[in-house]
Amino acid sequence: MRALLARDLRLAVRAGGGFGLGLAFFLIVVVLVPFGVGPETAILARIAPGILWVAALLAALLSLDRIFALDHEDGSLPLLATAPLPLEMLALAKALAHWITTGLPLVVAAPLLGVLLHLPGAAMPWLLVSLALGTPALSLIGTFGAALTVGLRRGGLLMSLIVLPLYVPVLIFGAEAARRGAEGLPAATPLLLLAGIALGCAALLPFATAAALRVTLR
Amino acid sequence: MSIWSYANPRKFLETTAPWVPWLMWLSAAVLAVGLVWGFFFTPEAERFGSSVKIIYLHVPSALMAINAWLMMLVASLIWLVRRHHVSALAARAAAPIGMVMTLIALVTGAIWGQPMWGTWWAWDPRLTSFLILFLFYLGYIALWAAIPDPDSAADLTSVLCLVGSVFAILSRYAVNFWNQGLHQGASLSLDSQENVADVFWLPLLVCMAGFVLLFVSLVLLRTGTEIRARRIAAMRARARRAEPVRA
Repeated sequence: MRALLARDLRLAVRAGGGFGLGLAFFLIVVVLVPFGVGPETAILARIAPGILWVAALLAALLSLDRIFALDHEDGSLPLLATAPLPLEMLALAKALAHWITTGLPLVVAAPLLGVLLHLPGAAMPWLLVSLALGTPALSLIGTFGAALTVGLRRGGLLMSLIVLPLYVPVLIFGAEAARRGAEGLPAATPLLLLAGIALGCAALLPFATAAALRVTLR
Repeated sequence: MSIWSYANPRKFLETTAPWVPWLMWLSAAVLAVGLVWGFFFTPEAERFGSSVKIIYLHVPSALMAINAWLMMLVASLIWLVRRHHVSALAARAAAPIGMVMTLIALVTGAIWGQPMWGTWWAWDPRLTSFLILFLFYLGYIALWAAIPDPDSAADLTSVLCLVGSVFAILSRYAVNFWNQGLHQGASLSLDSQENVADVFWLPLLVCMAGFVLLFVSLVLLRTGTEIRARRIAAMRARARRAEPVRA
């Protein structure tokens, strides 16, 4: 599993665009929002947690189709499936690799972009914690969506249609935690629920992902 | 004889096909009775005026929107466990009906909300979760349509239906947490304290029965159609194989 993780990370770095692309997308969405809603500090500060969360979600979505598509094209997916590693662990490793290449950079970059959007300083730690808890869930759910659509032509659009409704609970609790933090309200409840969702996804979704992969490889 | 004997497509068709027209007529009759009763023979509620009568469409369609998904969930489970094709096809047949029911509930709700709440749409938990349910239906139907191999399509959509059900329930509670709503609480429940008055309740019950009958007959009809479409595809494939290969 560690070897698989290392392989995916190496591929992401060497093929280029692994780390950078999602991050650049995140940056561009955040920069575009003030052009859309106007530069008033008060408005931007009010909507900043939501913008950052939606942008993070879209950036995570953007790189999902790379999770299995490349392996499927060059034929290494059936090889991975016949390896001694169970498919469930493969799904988990793939999700982890996706999180390290996409989710983690987003969490690290979020404070900087928060400054761009005049996010109140008090909200910053809450935003960071909520993103750190929520992005793994995004990666896990996305891996499941990618496994469902892996063999399909033009699967990308279909995958967004399937994955985005599944992102709703994560987005609600994540953005709610950041919003409550920004307003100085206690934010522990949504954070705990978010953590619960992330852990539940980590425990259960690899099985669904593996089931979908088995069907695709049949 | 157990219920599983109907998992044989031929047996299923032989049994249900003669029933479908009768069920159609029955649901049309029950719906006509319920709607006419509801629209013309109930008094106008004092606070709501005549706009209250849209509940005879709104509540039954909302009921069926959720029950259609439940039926798809059960059918998907049966497909995953027992590999009966009729079950997978029934889930496929129910999805567009459920989607249309969700849409009817949303649209009639908007038409009711405009005069009553002064807005077509509000980000109320019930409204929002129905919109999310609509998106789930869209994704499910799109996945069925996208996969060429029927067995893989049935497998993958069943898995999506299971995962989607969990997330749909999660979304329901998340949305509740996120915003407090305008929508009234349940109008029908078994403890009769918060029920609407009997005058409205009885025609509503008839309408709900009509919608259930309509749903059942549509699902049976569409499942039959899917089975026949599958047969035609199989016959075509066989004919193509039988044809001598031209040099």
